[in-house]
Amino acid sequence: MNENRVLDPTAEQAPAQRARLPRPTSIEGKVVGLLDISKPRGDVFLDRIEEQLAAMGIQVKRYAKPTFTRIAPTELKQRMAAEVDLLVEGLAD
Amino acid sequence: MKTALPDGLIVVAKADCPTCRLAEPLLAELNAQAGPLTVYVQDSTEYAADLPGTLYDKTLEHSYRLGIEFVPTLIRVENGVEVQRTYGWHKEDWRQISGLAALGEDLPVMRPGCGSKTLEPGIAEELELAFGDIRLQSREIDFSAVDDPFEACFERGWSDGLPVVPPTPVRVLRMLKGTRRKPDEVVGLMPPDLVPCTVEKVAINAVMAGCKPEYMPVLLAALEAALTDEFGLHGLICTTMFGSPLIIVNGPAARAVGMNSGVNALGQGNRANATIGRALQLIIRNVGGGRPGEIDRATLGNPGKYSFCFAEAEDSEWLPLAQERGIEAGRSAVTLFPGEGVQGIIDQKSRDPESLARSFALSLRAVDHAKLAMAGDAVLVVSPEHARVFIDAGWSKQRLREELDRLLLAPGKELVAGAGGITEGIPERFKDMQVPKFRPGGLLIVRAGGTAGLFSAIIAGWAASGPVGSSAVTREVNT
Repeated sequence: MNENRVLDPTAEQAPAQRARLPRPTSIEGKVVGLLDISKPRGDVFLDRIEEQLAAMGIQVKRYAKPTFTRIAPTELKQRMAAEVDLLVEGLAD
Repeated sequence: MKTALPDGLIVVAKADCPTCRLAEPLLAELNAQAGPLTVYVQDSTEYAADLPGTLYDKTLEHSYRLGIEFVPTLIRVENGVEVQRTYGWHKEDWRQISGLAALGEDLPVMRPGCGSKTLEPGIAEELELAFGDIRLQSREIDFSAVDDPFEACFERGWSDGLPVVPPTPVRVLRMLKGTRRKPDEVVGLMPPDLVPCTVEKVAINAVMAGCKPEYMPVLLAALEAALTDEFGLHGLICTTMFGSPLIIVNGPAARAVGMNSGVNALGQGNRANATIGRALQLIIRNVGGGRPGEIDRATLGNPGKYSFCFAEAEDSEWLPLAQERGIEAGRSAVTLFPGEGVQGIIDQKSRDPESLARSFALSLRAVDHAKLAMAGDAVLVVSPEHARVFIDAGWSKQRLREELDRLLLAPGKELVAGAGGITEGIPERFKDMQVPKFRPGGLLIVRAGGTAGLFSAIIAGWAASGPVGSSAVTREVNT
């Protein structure tokens, strides 16, 4: 039996594809997190983003994963979710 | 796509069936002298491969459409219509159907065949979904192959907080076999979103809750009762108070599906109790859209909102709840009640009905608030040891209810707002009256529980009981 094909148990009033969270109309007053995944030069990219956000008067919080080879630790994910409204991460070198 | 039956003879066979192998050397003769012959082979390309009419029935569509239960099966078709059939090897039948009087002279008179591959577990449902008449209407959702389907169901918001069984089409089809009702039949409008709830949606949520197909009649009766105007499910879902549907089952259906009415009847551990109650809650959540924090505004809720369902331990000397409520003896029924949690009554000393009734009455005063009256209904669950005290003294359920109604009359002056230094209370206009605790018919009595323990229980109802909110509703269980 294919477990990955199921029948919708709902009244089907929402799209079958789950929608992404809506993009904020403005970042004014929001707290922005910057997540360094610990790839080389990610910090250069995120430092520049921080400069630009700071110039706009936006509060920034910095985070880093211990290593890019593994998913973020649960404690880090929970802390970011609790502390920021938006998160930017640098993905590649 | 439906294929027309080819005229002549049809043999359906499996290569790994010894009887099919026994008949295999005869097939060329059948084709040449009684044909044309069509051979459908269920499991191989290596059977009767040199005959022009042989087809490997890999999808089993031909076997399914022919309704094959055994192999070999021999069928004669004339003008596109089946006129004769036999299965296994019966020399006389094969000779008569083929018209070849000397067919299989060297073979034994009879050899039984083997089961058709179409009936193997797991295959029959897949074939019915692919080629059968059933048409499921719900949209299919494909999770990514790397997703754990159990996690995916959580992420989609389909769960009450515990894992749900992924509702695959095969599982839903099996669940639908538990009822004679058609999948597209609408049971009613499901609050709070007021969307049509079909038998198919009930089956999907029953799969997720962990039900067996045989529970479907009980679940459908419970849903029907919940959707009556009297039960007022819409308000019960939305209320800030505690209540939620409690299902009490009476009659042979409860025993047939193995429901628990004995030890730990209000607790965990019995599949039917647990999953029937849970399925109703999942239907409220998924079909109706009644989710906590959204339209479900319960301040505290209660653990019964995962599932609350049990059977009455019926006793020949006490009228079962369903019969008190108009259902014929010997029939099965569900009673829906807007229940809160369970409050125990511990009385290990009363040995006469008068004392025990006074104990019950005193404890029942706590429903809603000791100073409120004619607000919430209540279910009194009397354990077998307590029930025995009444039954031995010749007290029927009805007698107990009448005694409780009398004992529960209270002077209004003790209950009015401000009395006893407590601002909560009933309106001042009742101060010179004797006030009943429950509205007429507001106290339900059932017998349930293990045979040891001088304990009974109160399940308080919604403070908005009766026409202003919710009344208990009983519905017969039908297949």
